[in-house]
Amino acid sequence: MYPYIPNTSDDEKKMLESIGVDSIEELFSDIPKEVQLGRELNLKESMSELEVEKYITKLSSKNKSINDLTCFLGAGAYDHYIPSIVDHIISRSEFYTSYTPYQAEISQGTLQYIFEYQTLISRLTGMDVSNASLYDGGSAIGEASIMAVNISRKEEIIVSKTVHPESRKVLKTYAHTQGFKVIEIDESDGVTNLEQLKENINKNTAAVIVQSPNFFGIIEDIKSIEEMVHKVKKTMFIVSTDPISLGILKSPGELGADIVVGEGQSLGIPLSYGGPYLGFIATKKKHMRKLPGRIVGESTDVDGKRAFVLTLQAREQHIRRDKATSNICTNQGLNVLASVVYMVTLGKKGLKEVATQSIAKAHYAYDKMIATGKYKPLFNKPFFKEFAITSNMPGEKINDELLKENVLGGFILDENYPQYENGILYCVTEKRSKEEIDKLVSVLEGII
Amino acid sequence: MREYNKLIFELSKEGRTAYKLPKMDVEEVDLKEFVPEEYLRDEELDFPEVSEVEVIRHYTNLSNKNYGVDTGFYPLGSCTMKYNPKINENMARLDGFANIHPYQPEETVQGALKLMHELDEALCELTGMDKMTLQPAAGAHGELTGLMLIKAYHEKRGDTKRTKIIVPDSAHGTNPASAAMAGFDTLEVKSTEEGTVDIESLKNVLSDEIAGLMLTNPNTLGLFEKDIKEIADLVHSCGGLLYYDGANANAIMGITRPGDMGFDVVHLNLHKTLSTPHGGGGPGSGPVGVKKSLIEYLPVPVVEKDENRYFLNYDYPNTIGKVKDFYGHFGVLVKTYSYILTMGKDGLKKASEIAVLNSNYVMSLLRDDYYLPIDTIYKHEFVLGGLKEENLEVKTLDIAKRLLDFGFHPPTVYFPLIINEALMIEPTETESKETLDKFANVLKQIAKEAIENPEIVKEAPHNTPVRRIDETKAARKPVLKYEG
Repeated sequence: MYPYIPNTSDDEKKMLESIGVDSIEELFSDIPKEVQLGRELNLKESMSELEVEKYITKLSSKNKSINDLTCFLGAGAYDHYIPSIVDHIISRSEFYTSYTPYQAEISQGTLQYIFEYQTLISRLTGMDVSNASLYDGGSAIGEASIMAVNISRKEEIIVSKTVHPESRKVLKTYAHTQGFKVIEIDESDGVTNLEQLKENINKNTAAVIVQSPNFFGIIEDIKSIEEMVHKVKKTMFIVSTDPISLGILKSPGELGADIVVGEGQSLGIPLSYGGPYLGFIATKKKHMRKLPGRIVGESTDVDGKRAFVLTLQAREQHIRRDKATSNICTNQGLNVLASVVYMVTLGKKGLKEVATQSIAKAHYAYDKMIATGKYKPLFNKPFFKEFAITSNMPGEKINDELLKENVLGGFILDENYPQYENGILYCVTEKRSKEEIDKLVSVLEGII
Repeated sequence: MREYNKLIFELSKEGRTAYKLPKMDVEEVDLKEFVPEEYLRDEELDFPEVSEVEVIRHYTNLSNKNYGVDTGFYPLGSCTMKYNPKINENMARLDGFANIHPYQPEETVQGALKLMHELDEALCELTGMDKMTLQPAAGAHGELTGLMLIKAYHEKRGDTKRTKIIVPDSAHGTNPASAAMAGFDTLEVKSTEEGTVDIESLKNVLSDEIAGLMLTNPNTLGLFEKDIKEIADLVHSCGGLLYYDGANANAIMGITRPGDMGFDVVHLNLHKTLSTPHGGGGPGSGPVGVKKSLIEYLPVPVVEKDENRYFLNYDYPNTIGKVKDFYGHFGVLVKTYSYILTMGKDGLKKASEIAVLNSNYVMSLLRDDYYLPIDTIYKHEFVLGGLKEENLEVKTLDIAKRLLDFGFHPPTVYFPLIINEALMIEPTETESKETLDKFANVLKQIAKEAIENPEIVKEAPHNTPVRRIDETKAARKPVLKYEG
């Protein structure tokens, strides 16, 4: 017997009788012999809960977590504080064992938290509308580009090399299959090269994608870029951003973005070795019918009661099939709920405090590192919670030494940015204490 | 409690808080020193101010207005709403899994890589494929990835005129949408009266422009495509590849495998077949498996093993690239592996057997009261075409809504498109005979009501937190956020 299969052999017998067959095998008699497996699967025998727990826990213990190590690694996935109530709420099985809210009458819980999410993301990004989320930051950039190509009816996407390298790779994969062109703009001193950008924007440009704070943690000159982009008719300005930074930074919406995207992992979602995370996308009202994915709207039921429902479904695959705005069926459901709980728990003051502590601590760490005289800044630009440092020693060597002291060092830059040999991108969030930062710097000082 | 009707924004009161951070232990500074003033927010974020107690009560109240597999029976066809084992949740939350960073040095994440490698091997064995990518975030994302692989395969051979993907008319809407997303045109082939692919119709569309065929087997009617070998041979002989949509894989575990049927690319929905929760719409996971000839195109990185360690291999010169940030929905992969270990080779096969038994059993109970368009043995799901009694005012939508009053989640309705008034019922293996009996009895009662008291059905639901919602209003004048 198996704990998740309730029927007994007596039940089976009665059910077979009702169907009018003699055996379970008979129910599979329509499968031609030549494609039947005809042997057991080459997998382990079923295990008890205790055995499974032991085996998997043993695997997990081969990893070193950010509770074993002090984390100064970011680069798109961040060690921010997650209030304990987040996991308590997403562990309610009425939420996590439910399906996409097609049956609105018994899905008001899901629909309402998505509506609250759309409200929070719209307010955070300064945009009119948000969808119910996408897979992650990278696919949000891919989907935003497709949206821009469809709206502008133009086929060139310009992306700055200061956009996350993983996201740019995802964008290229999407672009290749969709048949639009991607042009990358170099960076200089850690920010988008504005002259090169200006030279490349023309009437064929569907959109320009910039990230701010960018991959190096630097705040880009969004105002100048926005002016450049919007000089060309119908060219769209896509800004990717760190939602935590918006606790203190002006929203991309206020700065003239047409579409705002980003990775929402920082909003209460554990690092979990890279996923599942949360991609957000928000835009102006006039483009809402071009948004990919699920959207929830407010309406009323037959008794006039406020109620929420999936809406604008004429964009979607289950209605439009090959004419849909995207093939996406899911949103990140439970991670949306985690981000909602995070955002309302931190609330008006909290996100600002998280952002303020992060920027202050990052600058404290930066100043201390530079003060050693052994580490130099790669760039001289305003940054948020990440900054790039170089030295005369290879990044791997530095990180190995840090690891010996149970410190998880920064992101090594040269694989993605070969021009920055020995460059390391450090991240400091509100979770790091002065003591931990001092330890990092003292180990670093001892290495060289 | 179900009357609760507040938005979190309506609970906000200045001065309340639900969090507390440690005091800043570095020097307080003026933000203007770090950031040019023009890039600093001038107004405070318009987020609510609530206490922790209110946050918990608010979302607990919302959860009471939701229905999950843990609440009751969820016979949603093609969605495989099986029970989500609790041990899996615990395993994904282990510190060594939940709290590792994707860019940690490989030597500090050997357990995670080993798990991914073992899961890859297990899924290959389950599907009869040679290598998997665990990156795709969901089923539709798996389809997109699989089609990109097919495209790359033809492109590498210089076979660039293959721009068309064949999709049966019974296919999920995602199939043609994914094909379009991957830059293909779709060609639809008809189904026969018996509900399977019409071989003649297929032959008519085959040409050297065909990149591939997408098929679900058993198909969306719950029927096994018996001619699968012939279909595979036909498509292969014209130079196309076969894509297996794994939405219905819960019918075949340990019994037959897509790889043995002739499929070249397969995706599995871990949130369907392998028990991970649907989470109200995600996150899912849609790994894609391929035959040897397509391995070189897989998205990078690929998890591999040398003599004494596991590593992420980016050295695939012909890769389609990256389809996702990082390596996939790792947390979902942990849950999946926990399930595979729990069930084992014996349990997985048993699951499919009982899923098929349960489906045929419910069909046998309902065939007298509901129209069964195709009278045969089904796999894990079956499709009814509304009530048997003709010319009634009660439609499938009404039946679905009336089921809500009896505490059941309705089946999938109006899909597949080729059956009028379709009710697509997938009980899964995790339901008892008692539950199935009760469900069938309720459906029989609704059939009776449809004749004797149609109004009660047409006005249903009566007992839900909200009743039928004005969808037209929602779409015509969209209110997509709280404006208060």
